Amino acid sequence: MSLRIAFLPLTDAAVLAVARERGFAEEEGLSLDLIRSTSWATLRDRLVYGQVHAAQMLAPLAVAVTLGLSQQPAALAAPYKLGVNGNMLVMASDFAAALDPDTGRRLSDPLGTAHDFAAAIGLWRRKPVIGVVHRFSSHSLMLRYWLASAGIDPDRDVVLRVLPPSLTVEAMRAGEIDGFIAGEPWGSAAVEEGLAETVAIGERIWQRGVEKVLAFRTPWLEENPDIVDRLLRALIRSASWCDDPANHDALAQLLSDPRYVDQPADLIARAMSGQIVVRQGEAPIASPDFLLFSREATPFPWRSQALWIYSQFVRWNMVEHGPEALAKAGAVFRPDIFRRALADADVPMPGANMKVEGALGLPLAVGSRKGGLTLGPDRFFDGRVFDPERMEDYLTNFVSPL
Amino acid sequence: MRIVIIDDSGLRATVLEEGLRDAGYDDIHIVPPRGAFVARLERMAPDVVLMDLGSPSRDTLEEMLMVSRALARPIAMFVDHSDDAMIGAAIDAGVSAYVVDGLRKERVKPVLELAVRRFNAFAKMQTELDEARTALSERKIIDRAKSILMNQRSLSEQDAYALLRSSAMNQGKKIVDVAQALITASDLLGGGL
Repeated sequence: MSLRIAFLPLTDAAVLAVARERGFAEEEGLSLDLIRSTSWATLRDRLVYGQVHAAQMLAPLAVAVTLGLSQQPAALAAPYKLGVNGNMLVMASDFAAALDPDTGRRLSDPLGTAHDFAAAIGLWRRKPVIGVVHRFSSHSLMLRYWLASAGIDPDRDVVLRVLPPSLTVEAMRAGEIDGFIAGEPWGSAAVEEGLAETVAIGERIWQRGVEKVLAFRTPWLEENPDIVDRLLRALIRSASWCDDPANHDALAQLLSDPRYVDQPADLIARAMSGQIVVRQGEAPIASPDFLLFSREATPFPWRSQALWIYSQFVRWNMVEHGPEALAKAGAVFRPDIFRRALADADVPMPGANMKVEGALGLPLAVGSRKGGLTLGPDRFFDGRVFDPERMEDYLTNFVSPL
Repeated sequence: MRIVIIDDSGLRATVLEEGLRDAGYDDIHIVPPRGAFVARLERMAPDVVLMDLGSPSRDTLEEMLMVSRALARPIAMFVDHSDDAMIGAAIDAGVSAYVVDGLRKERVKPVLELAVRRFNAFAKMQTELDEARTALSERKIIDRAKSILMNQRSLSEQDAYALLRSSAMNQGKKIVDVAQALITASDLLGGGL
């Protein structure tokens, strides 16, 4: 069985690339045809119009397509998360000069940095233009969340410009944007060229932030349970290979291939080893949870995370809030399929489908049907907690910065 | 009907524009997707926007179509649901079309069909050009290998070629690969030309 899967040239396409290149897919009788796309719009169209069977998708985009917010509406299903965290906000060095010069402190105190950022906006000669990879991306939602914590209105005080990750560095060079938030290795590439400095990393904004998912058209997913299950089994083994530090060099090498990310292996390796260079020429800062593929049941599609995405859509007036939209959004994540596919696999399986997001300050051993499962800390930097059962309270909790 | 073609490749845009003009459309503009192309587009107020599906700037365009206050009528991607073959053909050819709200399907469809045909013709041209280029460079490699053999083993051009061909056949390889190996070996041994 040959499966066509669309992806974008990003470090977190790793699990798909490795499933193909290291034979994990083949062992499940699947041959993966990985189709590189250059924009999320094209990846989305290929999936929605049936040109591919599945796609590496921004989790918020999968929810948005299902809710009919991004061109052609289509019911999408995400039974598997391809990664957690991995994003980085970089700004032009001139702009970053107004932030804490101690780069370690800058990253470890996102709240302080957000306030410095607000001051930096005042000092900048015009509204700073910040590149985001898509309106419906975790990057855009996290950036908005972070800016708003310091009273910055992301729709008024800055200009958010959409551009695909692979064009970010070029746009920086041309002075079309003053900074950007994107998945790796694009932030590191801008730092390496001396164009920008790291200002914030995803992991410090939300310690376990939802990122890319594997998305299917729901009808196709329902009609092909055997193929879906085999693919998920291949991916879970691939993910565990990707998370193993012993394999990081080989993984970076593999992804540097022109068919995948087409960037130098040493830049790609930074996200995997969590060795983040903030300013050109400086020693890296250790950030061990910068990008997760496998541990702590990373691939498990917690419904609460789809609902968090929905809460942010409501917060930023991207969708009209209502019980029907809420139910549809939550149903995009499919823990039921994950459980079915991996029932016999050696994978710790969470006992629940939802959890309170942002409640864990320390690693916690939780109920698991098989093997020990320890969940990592998952706090939001501002200490807010998202209880999916109490959506209304959460929403009224955000005071609009006017 | 004002048609804007967003395209980086001058040649492809020209091929498409010609086709549209031949078909009687005369309000056509080509905008490369660079710098402030979104602002230019807003000023033009197009009825139809045609764009290469593979262009990385599609996300930027869609965002602008979503938030633009300058455009009088919203623009959305054109899809004819009654016609699956059309959708498939457009995606295969790499065409995406955005159309203003209210423009009738019958008016858009011929434009899209024409774009698909022209994109396909352009892709074919490109492939032929690539093939011609490859053939040319293979020719050069074989010529160089021949002259090495002619010089070092005092063979005639014909015999040099025959030797290359028979070694390729014996090794089950392409002549150009054997020629390349010979050139590399000769360079390594310092006997290159």
